[in-house]
Amino acid sequence: MSDSKPTSGFDRRSFMAGVAGAAVMPMTARGQGPAASAPAAQDPSAPVEMTLRVNGKDHTLSIDARTALLDALREHLGLTGSKKGCDHGQCGACTVLVDGRRVLSCLTLAVATLGKDISTIEGLAQGDRLHPMQQAFVDQDAFQCGYCTPGQIMSAIACVREGHADSEDDIREYMSGNICRCAAYPNIVAAVKQAVPEIAKG
Amino acid sequence: MRPFTYQRASDPNAAMAALAASRGNNPTDPAVQALAGGTTLIDLMKLDVMHPQALVDINPLAGNWSEVSLDGGNLRLGALARMSDVSAHPEVQRNYPVIAESLQLAASPQLRNMATLGGNVLQRTRCSYFRDVSYANCNKRNPGSGCAAMDGVNRMHAVLGTSDQCIATYPGDFAQALIALDANVEITGKSGTRSLPFAQLHKRPGNTPHIETTLAPGELISAFTIDGRWPRSVYLKARDRQSYEFALSSAAVALDVRDGIVQDARVALGGVATVPWRAREAEALLKGLKFDNGLAGRVAEAAFAGAQPREHNAFKIDLGKRVVARALHKAATMEI
Repeated sequence: MSDSKPTSGFDRRSFMAGVAGAAVMPMTARGQGPAASAPAAQDPSAPVEMTLRVNGKDHTLSIDARTALLDALREHLGLTGSKKGCDHGQCGACTVLVDGRRVLSCLTLAVATLGKDISTIEGLAQGDRLHPMQQAFVDQDAFQCGYCTPGQIMSAIACVREGHADSEDDIREYMSGNICRCAAYPNIVAAVKQAVPEIAKG
Repeated sequence: MRPFTYQRASDPNAAMAALAASRGNNPTDPAVQALAGGTTLIDLMKLDVMHPQALVDINPLAGNWSEVSLDGGNLRLGALARMSDVSAHPEVQRNYPVIAESLQLAASPQLRNMATLGGNVLQRTRCSYFRDVSYANCNKRNPGSGCAAMDGVNRMHAVLGTSDQCIATYPGDFAQALIALDANVEITGKSGTRSLPFAQLHKRPGNTPHIETTLAPGELISAFTIDGRWPRSVYLKARDRQSYEFALSSAAVALDVRDGIVQDARVALGGVATVPWRAREAEALLKGLKFDNGLAGRVAEAAFAGAQPREHNAFKIDLGKRVVARALHKAATMEI
């Protein structure tokens, strides 16, 4: 895979992007995270140079300061596993791990993640071997349409690591930030339960 | 979202210098805005309710501003501590269950990992007319424009502390614990640090619902402090869903009971008022008496004595009384 673009090849996404004629961002970049104290001196329309560390790999981007981490992942790095549901922090579909903690990438500014390790659904599998939580979601049929699933899986991994998966009640409470409109909840609870011992093994 | 500049504050002085540019601006929509967890701010910027021209990222200050310490029986909570970390802190859970529970019952695990204590108490109302800019008439967002909620869908709105200008509910949970325990808030500004009772931080809407706090432009909350320990305390929250939902009605209760007699009692209400709400007259009824459920009922009645419902939210008064009575019972009977 190239540094910041998805591998080429025809898919629905690149077709739609091509038809829409995506605009090219001018590259008059300013540095990431200026520590100066003169906001008026900066041009808010100028792109910001930033480095995102995603799944263990550094990516250098020059993008608008407004870009949410979710949009940086999806639109600029081609990592479309993290999903945009509500875009307002209410559904959990965009859940990723930042320095090991589950957060909502739609309410996180990409520019504010400097120096942090971002983990997404794309980084879980090792080759053809699924992460135990991914395998558990398959085994337990823990989705129907699948749109919320990447967020559910990232959230579930953190839920187990936090020690909040000891009982079904705990799992329901600590997975409440991930909405499933297909209501696959009983199967999601079963999947999280299945993965607990596997993840505990490390 | 409108364009803004982004800068990172490496230390409090740099933050103060950067935020000083916001002096003289609209107090609730300043041109320069501090970014902490971002869970309210980024959301409201996407909705075009808030439109800062510059963001000052204060997260690098967390090294000094996120400590949780219990020294000599007094609690200090750094304003940049995350909700999830404080709710899981063993000393907080043991000595201040009302704080741990108020944080744990709020939002979702992801939001609690992001949101800071300082940002949490400053979160904006969830009034749908405030959040939807297609409604022109919102005195909080657009002073003098009227209030669409008065005769609109107001099931979620406040029954206490309202005015004829605004009935928007203060949505948080943690603030009720703070106001119940007589917390102080430490505020850092360009000229240094000041402290004031948490009860004086938020302002009732009155004729100026757009002015929500007594913070001056450019000031930041740096810590919260609480004197003494409150092991006999609870936070009870009633809501439409069992989890991940704002309160329809909630109660923060703390009791000091010795030899069966209530020595001190604190009652604060959430989900029903325009600001974090302390029910002082109601809690005073408990002092010097032996707790029983009849007394709890009288306290609950007193807590809502001044409530003023609108078309859809009268149910909050009955619900709120039951929440207060049950929270009192829970606190009085808990084993510590």
